[in-house]
Amino acid sequence: MNDKTDRTAYLDLDTKDETFLDATELVLNMGPQHPSTHGVLRVILKLDGEKVLGTECVIGYLHRGVEKIGENRTYTMFNPYVDRMDYVAAVSNGLGYCEAVEKLLSVEAPPRAQYIRVILTELCRIASHQVWLGTHALDIGAITPLFYCFRDREEILRIFEKYCGARLTTHAFRIGGCLYETYEGFEEDCKKFCDFFLPKLDEYEELLTTNRIWVKRTKGVGILNPEDCIALGVTGPVLRASGLKWDLRKAQPYESYKNFDFEIPTGLNGDTYDRYLVRIEEMRQAVRIIRQAVDGLPQGPIMAKVPKVIKPPVGEVYHSIEAPKGELGYFIVSDGSTQPYRMRVRPPSFVNLQALDKMVRGLLVADVVAVIGTLDIVLGEVDR
Amino acid sequence: MPEETKEPSPVSPDPDGVKPPSETSAPPTNAPAAKAEAPVAAKPAEPAKPAAAAKPAAPAAAKPAAPPKPEGPKPELWDSEPVSSLRSQYGSGIKEASTYLGQKYLVVDSSILYEILLRMRDEQLFDYCVDITAVHYPKREAQFDIVYVLYSFHHNDRVRVKTQIKDGDSVRSAVEIWPTANWLEREVYDMFGIIFDGHPDMKRILLPDGWKGHPLRKDYPILQQDQEWVQINLGIESGQ
Repeated sequence: MNDKTDRTAYLDLDTKDETFLDATELVLNMGPQHPSTHGVLRVILKLDGEKVLGTECVIGYLHRGVEKIGENRTYTMFNPYVDRMDYVAAVSNGLGYCEAVEKLLSVEAPPRAQYIRVILTELCRIASHQVWLGTHALDIGAITPLFYCFRDREEILRIFEKYCGARLTTHAFRIGGCLYETYEGFEEDCKKFCDFFLPKLDEYEELLTTNRIWVKRTKGVGILNPEDCIALGVTGPVLRASGLKWDLRKAQPYESYKNFDFEIPTGLNGDTYDRYLVRIEEMRQAVRIIRQAVDGLPQGPIMAKVPKVIKPPVGEVYHSIEAPKGELGYFIVSDGSTQPYRMRVRPPSFVNLQALDKMVRGLLVADVVAVIGTLDIVLGEVDR
Repeated sequence: MPEETKEPSPVSPDPDGVKPPSETSAPPTNAPAAKAEAPVAAKPAEPAKPAAAAKPAAPAAAKPAAPPKPEGPKPELWDSEPVSSLRSQYGSGIKEASTYLGQKYLVVDSSILYEILLRMRDEQLFDYCVDITAVHYPKREAQFDIVYVLYSFHHNDRVRVKTQIKDGDSVRSAVEIWPTANWLEREVYDMFGIIFDGHPDMKRILLPDGWKGHPLRKDYPILQQDQEWVQINLGIESGQ
């Protein structure tokens, strides 16, 4: 691997590479059956030697027509489907969907339900980031973080399982609140997890943050500045790592997020290393939010008064939340019937993946793997 | 809010395509009406608007709680400085400027869409294009709504810009305004068959290139597939 000074030389695409006398462009196909593309992403790389001149993403291998299904199901029936988009952060998907329909119905979940939602969503954010960290590190060559992350993620999945019976596609929330009251010992489990998890997070950092190989593979790789992020519509940790302090939980607070004290971590350089630091810090902040929410968990009902047959009035609404991967939005058009007239999902992974081309130009093939990992995409959400 | 009386026909501005089924069951209507004034994510940037927009609707809808007609909140006229400046220049090109549940939207003529989008970015500082999508109303003459969801980091505010076009018509691509429009417009083309002029790479994105039909059109049933494509490429009789 070249160090950083060499890398900047690679960014210059105009000067001809003199080392190969007869250099020609090579088109290389990466995926869709490639372990580091995180599913079924296919990237067509145009290479000069090992230098990437351009990329084209071919997606859609996992397309299930979620939006079409949404138009053919009632609002209640569609609820479990949204878990299948970003399946490592199913709780967040459900939250966004339920909130969008609630907004359309002009209903608000009761305070207790809102707190439960925040606790589970933040747990889910940690779980999602753990999957990201494990697989991202594995792609770059560090195997241990994968085992650490999946071992500790198990504790979160156990809480999910105890709460609603499912580990991955949880279907935890309902339109108007939550279906299930917390189980006995829920608060203790969450607190115990927080105490257990913070030292583990330090362990992850011990493995990676100052690891020379990790730093060399990530620093200065895949730089995105804030202007590019905004122009490309990139959101979530990728945007924040470029230095822009923008998080929907703070910018347009939903649920009970305004009641909690937490920071939005930001990066400086917008490179892969900064994105790593931002996500690690986000996990710490998630623990902070969970602790506050568990301590302040109010008593009361967990379900708002919602009609059995959900028929929102004629109208349309766009609502978005800060999912672990970025801005997850739902645009729902209601014609007054029991089924949505149009159900549009604004997936953060899909939009973020578009930045891949910009990020990898001039880098090496091995860096493409690092950049795909750092974008934290889930193909179930990209293709829907 | 004296404007609300002047509003032409606020009940159903869009979906004349599909008629809502007649009110057979009578769901409890008080829940939506009573809580109409507190949307969960009220925008901090415009403190007065959402409350003012929702309040007049609440008493109006609360009264006919017993009759089986669930009257939802109505769109309110959105009249502020940016709208009036656009109106003064484009006149009737701005067909509607309203808020619904505190969310602002503009309906503009498709001929001036590109200019409006450009001005939204440069003058109103809506620098982030969140989403581009479409809605199909087969029974309407202008069959498609194209919806641009925009966000401004400066104002912490969202607005939706909508336009209506006929089947077969095209609009100018917004890729030059927001590069993120590239894939979003490709998806609209893939799902609805709307062409965006000047798009650098106007082809399908989620479905395979040779696929026939645009699945999110209302005349495309949920079980329909491009059987020919399935037979040739997958070697099976049917994907169902």
